[in-house]
Amino acid sequence: MAEGVGAVSGVGRRSALVGYLRVVGAIVSKDIAAELRSRELLGSMLIFSLLVILIFNFALELDLRTRQTVTAGVLWVTFAFAGTLGLNRSMAIEKDRGCLDGLLLAPVDRSALYFGKVFSNLLFMLIVEAIILPLYSLLYNVNLLHPGLIGVVLLGSIGYVVIGTLLSAMAIQARTRDILLPILLFPVVLPVLVAAVKATTGILEGLPFEEYQAWLSLLIAYDGIFLGVAIVLFDYVVEE
Amino acid sequence: MEPVPRNLKILTGITIVLFLTALYMVFIYAPREAIMGDVQRVFYFHVAAGWVGALAFLVTAIAGGVYLAKREPKWDRLAESSVEIGVVFTIINISSGSIWARPIWNTWWTWDPRLVTATIMLLLYFAYLMLRQGIEDPDRRARFGSVYGIAAFISVPITFLSIRVFRTIHPVVIGSSDPAAEGAFDMTARMVQALMFSVLTFTFVYATLLRYRIRLGRGTEEVEKRKMELISL
Repeated sequence: MAEGVGAVSGVGRRSALVGYLRVVGAIVSKDIAAELRSRELLGSMLIFSLLVILIFNFALELDLRTRQTVTAGVLWVTFAFAGTLGLNRSMAIEKDRGCLDGLLLAPVDRSALYFGKVFSNLLFMLIVEAIILPLYSLLYNVNLLHPGLIGVVLLGSIGYVVIGTLLSAMAIQARTRDILLPILLFPVVLPVLVAAVKATTGILEGLPFEEYQAWLSLLIAYDGIFLGVAIVLFDYVVEE
Repeated sequence: MEPVPRNLKILTGITIVLFLTALYMVFIYAPREAIMGDVQRVFYFHVAAGWVGALAFLVTAIAGGVYLAKREPKWDRLAESSVEIGVVFTIINISSGSIWARPIWNTWWTWDPRLVTATIMLLLYFAYLMLRQGIEDPDRRARFGSVYGIAAFISVPITFLSIRVFRTIHPVVIGSSDPAAEGAFDMTARMVQALMFSVLTFTFVYATLLRYRIRLGRGTEEVEKRKMELISL
């Protein structure tokens, strides 16, 4: 961290950028190191995802015909639920052990903290998705490992995490924290889920690109807008 | 608590007169719609309530932005008061639309983009109120409320856009109408006047309620302060 600060005060834009990225990298590597030691976040997200898929299996009677129409929905509901679990946990760790106060005392740009948390949250979500997708393919004998679908999953996860990180930083400081995040997050993140489900369905049904192009544009636009909003507003969430 | 200021009394009086006139315009002045009949009269208050809901949430987003810049508690009081009124009017908007839809669409509810967007908007601001309820520190409550008020308001148009892509059956009375929409109609001059008048009236109702709610907020803070003084004695 000390090196990062030195670089920020150094001359030149380039070194400032390097220092900034070093701060972001420090937070991400801290989160990875903590996860490698405790293994509590990824483990619970994965088990939870499997349970959700299992419940869907019985609730929807996922036979061959239903499966084709609901796969996209089942996947995104699973990712959204597992995502809230991960976001809540990742912020709770910062808060409970006084780590957040330590991070805020560090003389670095607040948005670097935001990006650090976004990258580590995104990383955990992508790891879960990277395990769930092939597993789902295996269990239901459908091929989900299509490059277009992986792109949609990436875009959807970015949109989800970008706004989720901002809202989880607020939810965690409230009295009702664990139940608050999904209530705050789901109505805001709904367009991402709608667009992601529609684009995923389009790809799975093998429609031509023009058919779901609008959904992809919407996803990209959403990612951009909410990244901008979150960068501006994050400062106000973590001050004090 | 200070007595009701004179200009608020005058505003209340104007609103009452306007509302009575609006009732006259809606029920007597405006002609009976040829196909739908009297149920079409729901439309005047339905649109007006929807307008007040959107206006109230816009005010919350702006007041939140000003609060974050200036840190004066009055802006947060304005934001919170406006949300509460906006929620009430959005509920009026949705339920009056539902009453109209029963005879016209033959169902209380349909998953139309406008209906879904209005419902999500309602859920967003319920979440806003729950967020505030969960935070004790007034300064933090104001900051988080402002942040969520802004994020929520930005998400509403995107939500609308994202579900708009499905075909809509909601009539677009103002502007060009999709001929496929069920229950569309052409407004006569008197209908337009009644609509404009009820939108104006509801805007006055909003302003009046807002003034009272802000006053109530100030009173609540005063009570809190006195309580703290009493405890610290």
